[in-house]
Amino acid sequence: MRLVDTVSPKPETKKAASPRRPHKSITVHITLNGEPFELDQPMSVVALLEKLDIDARRVAVEHNLTIIKRQRFPEVIVADGDQVEIVNFVGGG
Amino acid sequence: MTDSPLEIAGRTFTSRLIIGTGKYSSHAVMARAHEASGADMVTVAVRRVNISDRSPASTGATAGRRESLLDYIDTSRMFVLPNTAGCYTADEAIRTARLGREAGLSNWVKLEVIGDERTLFPDNEALIEATRVLVREGFVVLPYTNDDPIACRKLEDAGAAAVMPLGAPIGSGLGIQNPNNIRIIREFSRVPVIVDAGVGTASDAAIAMELGADAVLMNTAIAGAEDPVTMATAMKHAVIAGRLAYLSGRIPRKMYATASSPVEGMVGR
Repeated sequence: MRLVDTVSPKPETKKAASPRRPHKSITVHITLNGEPFELDQPMSVVALLEKLDIDARRVAVEHNLTIIKRQRFPEVIVADGDQVEIVNFVGGG
Repeated sequence: MTDSPLEIAGRTFTSRLIIGTGKYSSHAVMARAHEASGADMVTVAVRRVNISDRSPASTGATAGRRESLLDYIDTSRMFVLPNTAGCYTADEAIRTARLGREAGLSNWVKLEVIGDERTLFPDNEALIEATRVLVREGFVVLPYTNDDPIACRKLEDAGAAAVMPLGAPIGSGLGIQNPNNIRIIREFSRVPVIVDAGVGTASDAAIAMELGADAVLMNTAIAGAEDPVTMATAMKHAVIAGRLAYLSGRIPRKMYATASSPVEGMVGR
């Protein structure tokens, strides 16, 4: 088990608070586009988009209110308690 | 007479018609209307990706990836202008503009800060504030504003690359409600004036251009027409006709008739 995070301090407090369960996968609770969403483990923005079947070239991503440049999608890790917004273009006037 | 092309912030456009991408019955119809319009700039909205709906959309989706609006816009020919439609505060509009910049290919934004739900009239105070902030961040800002020459002047002073006064409320199709103001705004402005919203049919677009607008932006008038593709063609011609009429210098309006045929040489007099 490995908690990967470079941005938010939240996973550490989570780790300290919850007992270790080495044989079960971690459940990561995030807020995705305003709705609760669960991941098996912390993952990069690229991996999250892949999981959601979203073309990374067509969206913008905001992570904890900070816009993530596309070239940083592989390095920014989405972890427990994070807020993620994924937007794209839709029809408008 | 030769006309110079529409130029905004150093970028030139072939067409003086700018059109939206909303409210079409399908992406395919939109693409055909875009083609027919001759426009080389289209507006788009910035919205959350639908996460819960994992199924591909019904209209022509390819297996796997969900279809995207951009699949139906020829971006080699069309300049994509993200808007901040639906934003009611400067902060919200600024955040949306920044996201639009990341999702897109440019630092341009059609800036909307709405002040009222029923009329969708702009909140000019917040609009000017948001313009100032975004210009400082390097955006090319095209604000949707009231048909108010003073508001337009303040937006220009705040660094707007063009001003986009409404002709009538968004989607109303009422036509140009205050032609005199559009004329005054044209006279006051050193940046392009784009009449944005309110056009219902081709004559409205022609009138906007005859008043001196540098371009017209519309969505519903085309997308909501029974035959959007044919209406897009009509709008293309209307904008060209209105522009040429403006450049030609129309005759003054007179109360009484002036004969077109000679009054001399009448038979039998």
